[in-house]
Amino acid sequence: MTNTLSHSPLLKVEHLGVRFAVKRNGFFGGKSYLKAVDDISFELARGKTLAIVGESGSGKTTAALAVGRLVEAFHGKVQLDGKDFLALSDDDLRVARGKIQFIFQDPYSSLNPRLRAKAVVREPLDSLTDKSEAEKQEIIDQLFAAVGLRKEQQELFPHQFSGGQRQRIGIARALATEPELIICDEAVSALDVAVQAQILNLLRRLQEERGLSYLFISHDLGVVQHMCDTIAVMYMGRIVEYADRKSLFNSPQHPYTKALLSAVPSVKKRGVSQAQAQMIDGDPPDPVNLPAGCRFASRCPLAAEVCRQKEPELGVLSDAHQVACHMVE
Amino acid sequence: MSPLLEIENLRVELTTRDGSAPVIDDLSFSLNAGETVSFVGESGCGKSMTALAILGLLPAGIGRVTRGSIKFNGEDLTKASDARMREIRGNEISMIFQEPMTSLNPVFTIGEQIAEVLREHRDMNAAQARSRAIELLDAVRIPNAKGRVDDYPHQMSGGQRQRVMIAIALACEPKILIADEPTTALDVTVQAQIFELMRDLGREFETSIILITHDMGAVAEMAERMLVMYAGRKVEAGPVDQVIDHPKHPYTKGLISCVPHLLAELTDERPPLAEIGGIVPGLAEFGRNQCLYAARCPLADDKCLQERPLPLAGKNGHEAACWHVEKVS
Repeated sequence: MTNTLSHSPLLKVEHLGVRFAVKRNGFFGGKSYLKAVDDISFELARGKTLAIVGESGSGKTTAALAVGRLVEAFHGKVQLDGKDFLALSDDDLRVARGKIQFIFQDPYSSLNPRLRAKAVVREPLDSLTDKSEAEKQEIIDQLFAAVGLRKEQQELFPHQFSGGQRQRIGIARALATEPELIICDEAVSALDVAVQAQILNLLRRLQEERGLSYLFISHDLGVVQHMCDTIAVMYMGRIVEYADRKSLFNSPQHPYTKALLSAVPSVKKRGVSQAQAQMIDGDPPDPVNLPAGCRFASRCPLAAEVCRQKEPELGVLSDAHQVACHMVE
Repeated sequence: MSPLLEIENLRVELTTRDGSAPVIDDLSFSLNAGETVSFVGESGCGKSMTALAILGLLPAGIGRVTRGSIKFNGEDLTKASDARMREIRGNEISMIFQEPMTSLNPVFTIGEQIAEVLREHRDMNAAQARSRAIELLDAVRIPNAKGRVDDYPHQMSGGQRQRVMIAIALACEPKILIADEPTTALDVTVQAQIFELMRDLGREFETSIILITHDMGAVAEMAERMLVMYAGRKVEAGPVDQVIDHPKHPYTKGLISCVPHLLAELTDERPPLAEIGGIVPGLAEFGRNQCLYAARCPLADDKCLQERPLPLAGKNGHEAACWHVEKVS
């Protein structure tokens, strides 16, 4: 990737794989596995944002959950600041968890309805730090101000807030332990467009002020283009294209990325998009019984014989662009 | 030629704990045969209520039309009997709902659910309805329609279920199709396919489409005219190109500029998104004699708080309800 990225990244994920056991009535009743995330690697530099994009079922959320140890990785390494996060246990893990925090998609179900807003924000402080009562309250006061909530709102319960305000509480909770990495799993998809803009601006302001790094999971390419520095496009558990913001959006290489981009309806490219749209028909293959070759071959307009036989590896196009496709020169 | 559907001064009230509130307040618009009109606005602005009012499906005992008329081919639907509305619904006016996951009945096969409409409205017998159902599944491009007709909804993907919903809605070749956020729950690639399908079928059956959405990109791609609603009122309406390029109402302008649109030529520039501060007012504030957007509007002054602005018509039927139209540019 770019030079800035290769210098001691904050997060370095290597060969991460997650598989789920699927019940099958096979011949011998053996277990089959669904490889939700299949051998992916990426890096995230301090203060930057990496997006993972893809359709539902591509494994983007599972990958993010595995990075944060909310689902168990089957193999691979997740290095945070040079230490393997997946190998930690007990107290080391407790300290490290404070460094990685999550903002979830649904602000309605991700806050405990029985806790007051201040208790929601306080929970990670209680379980991951050893700060005194006074320190905790000071942090809570300061976080409420930082995310744009009033002090008296600390006493309210989640149902008394609007969706956008709830997401602000979720952000305050994620910031409580002063994390270095925040994983935003579709953090704005459930919000109305006007509120979405408020939250996106807030996230970028906080990133600047606190030097945060974001791992940003989203299906909205407009949001990704606005927020992210590097983008990994996933399809069926694999990264098919990995590039910095400008090269990915200005010269997408993988046919899947091109199809994704052309499918987005936009007010800016009116008239153009319909003519250029590359529809991808057909359905993705059965994730439990993956085909031998490229996983996208069944829907790909460029697929040739080699695509059905050999799975393409991520190849380096330039120091800012990698793509896994036989048909890209 | 008189329009296919003409709504005049429609007022719909909902009974709430604090009395009744006008969720649709003095709405007028017309829909011509074969035309696509889009309703835009945040949640809670009355878009879906308008659709329900047209279909006579307002929440029983709570919602009612208190003023105005909905004329369909000259017939006032607000005065039509329940029996007459049953004849019209699903036959001449039909609707696609937002959630393809929950709007199909899980215990009937998709074939039975399509056939039900045909038996009800077209007096077909079971065999005729079934073969027509297969044709319709084929028309909405479900591969192997004959083999899939006996599948249950859970055996289909989200995009396929939405296609089934479209097949049901189009079974009787309706004059008007109301699509309420038909693709919000779907991936962009699937959304592009559904939009293409709706366009093709609309052309083939000469169906007029009312598309309810919050996605300006979708509006730009699908509709000829658009209508922006805010807090139950029409704030702007007109031809799509004209409204998007030169919005006259500050709310429309805010809605367009607060979304990070995909840019054709991406640069390093990333200005913060324009924000619309605050949220949509609660039902208690609906119906006041003032501009309801004033609390969030950068241009608001005393006049906006004292008197409700009425829609002022301009060129090509481009109208906006704002006291400061000339200041919006």
